[in-house]
Amino acid sequence: MAKRTKKYHVGRKSTLDIVIAVVLGVMTLAAVFPFYQVVLLSFADMTSYARHPLYLLPYCFDLTGYKTIFEDPMFFTSLGVTVFITLAGTTLNMLLSVLGAYVLSRKYLVGRKLFLNLIIFTMLFHGGLIPTYLVVRDLKLVNTVWAMILPCGISTYYLIIMKNYFMSLPDSLLEAARLDGANEFQILTWVVLPISVPFMATFILFYAVERWNEWYLANLYINKAALYPLQTYLRNVLISMSNTLNDIAKQFMQGHARVNSTAVQMATIVVATVPILCVYPFVQRHFVKGVMVGGIKE
Amino acid sequence: MQQTSAAASARLSRRGRGRSIAMRLKNDWLLYALLLPVLTWYLIFCYAPMGGLVLAFKKYSVRLGIWGSPWVGLANFEKMFRDRDLMRALRNTVIFGLGGIAVSMPCEIGLALMLNELRMKRVRKLVQTTVTFPHFISWVVLSGIMINLFSSTGVFSYIVQGLGFSYRNPLTATSGYRWFIWISAVWKEVGWGSIIYLAAITGINPDMYEAAELDGASRLQQMRHVTLPAIRGTICIMLILAVGQLLTNGRFDQIFNTYSSPVYAVADTMDTYIFRESFTTGGMNFGYSTAIGVVKSVFGLMMIVTANRIVTATGEQGLL
Repeated sequence: MAKRTKKYHVGRKSTLDIVIAVVLGVMTLAAVFPFYQVVLLSFADMTSYARHPLYLLPYCFDLTGYKTIFEDPMFFTSLGVTVFITLAGTTLNMLLSVLGAYVLSRKYLVGRKLFLNLIIFTMLFHGGLIPTYLVVRDLKLVNTVWAMILPCGISTYYLIIMKNYFMSLPDSLLEAARLDGANEFQILTWVVLPISVPFMATFILFYAVERWNEWYLANLYINKAALYPLQTYLRNVLISMSNTLNDIAKQFMQGHARVNSTAVQMATIVVATVPILCVYPFVQRHFVKGVMVGGIKE
Repeated sequence: MQQTSAAASARLSRRGRGRSIAMRLKNDWLLYALLLPVLTWYLIFCYAPMGGLVLAFKKYSVRLGIWGSPWVGLANFEKMFRDRDLMRALRNTVIFGLGGIAVSMPCEIGLALMLNELRMKRVRKLVQTTVTFPHFISWVVLSGIMINLFSSTGVFSYIVQGLGFSYRNPLTATSGYRWFIWISAVWKEVGWGSIIYLAAITGINPDMYEAAELDGASRLQQMRHVTLPAIRGTICIMLILAVGQLLTNGRFDQIFNTYSSPVYAVADTMDTYIFRESFTTGGMNFGYSTAIGVVKSVFGLMMIVTANRIVTATGEQGLL
């Protein structure tokens, strides 16, 4: 493809290129701008916020917003909950997905087709909100941290992608290990996983980001503030503060009547987003591959 | 024992059905043991709730539980037709879905085409990385950002008023809310959504472009007559998939975090309606909520299966 670039008619090339450059430039700016402003506003104090309604430049470097969050014990509680959910949840996700994907990638397994269909069917049809809620409640998981970990134990979509990937590995490799007397579990841990590190890393990060962003299950199953994950804490600070002040937000603001509430909100966003920003370059390097190996096709 | 089992399965993998089923079951016991936790999870969290679907035919009582609650026949389903809020939610779900497809897909395809035309690899990578980033941020965070951006003291209000127009916050105006949802969804997902089309474009044989060039096709013409036809299959599959998921892909996170009572008329979807009435404002019987869920799931299943039929009938690879 690279060599065809030189042959175009100059006139046409430049018009098209300019249009594309402008459109993509605008899109890139649009993607960055909200985050840029969030960072700037997180450092704004009351006076500079009032003086610059557009706030396009760093007019002020005030750390009160961050100080306010870091003085709030609830912030650390929810951060702890989220860190635990992310670590434990991702571990469980990977364990179940890798086991399922590897076993179902073995073509000679009796009943493989049946198991696969059982699993794929869950992507097409599910019990829905209330029946699932009742199952989780009957398991006594409501208001425990496990309600935010177990119900999302497997992403079937990722499991199928992993299965397809395992099937694409050369048979000769596994055969050699088998002739050396390794059993299936040993083949998985000694042969398959070591050569799949970059691929596995992608899915670890996918899962970790999902667990980090967890709020839906908490919204459904948790009504104890001590068990709120970071996103729920953030939701209370952000959305409830803006609309009708709920109890948490009220308590929160009573103590900080003179703090720029926007700065506090934006600082919370920054703190919750920075970890994703840190792992993003690593996810980004692989996600195209992850999407491409996929396809639910058997 | 393990050694013989390994050797046996090695032979089996080559010869397939060479042995009796009993023999193969015995040889692969370890694989079944490894699969057990996975199946257990599916049974508890996916199949057990399906048993709870009987609630759709009952009036749920907390005291009596799922099995003890009294049967009410089809009363829950009959009630749906009289439920105006539900009909409104159904209409909104379909409008959000169809409008979303109409707005998102052209943007995703367009972005893929434009990224493909960018010659400088580094710039392409930079643009792609940047526009895909919001995909990984939760709607909770993004809603917080957008509530701030669009509020009466936010940037947009300032700009619009500065240009001499009157400003109405799209988050609280029935006229603007749907567009806000569609456009913010594009903003978040356009980069991610374009990956599948870019992947399809990468698979096009470069000879096709060379031939087109020899025939004197400009780049725009090449785009229209080589690239687009070549990714037609992918576009069809994505379109049909999206239509098939119209009811099930409820945009719950996005809407639940941005809507408010002034815009319920245009914002309330099946998912937000069931959730709000069952948990937040309370009052809705779980039996009735389940019945709505059943209808949604059954229609969803029918739509996706039909969609898959259509894809395979057109000669493209199906999904199932």
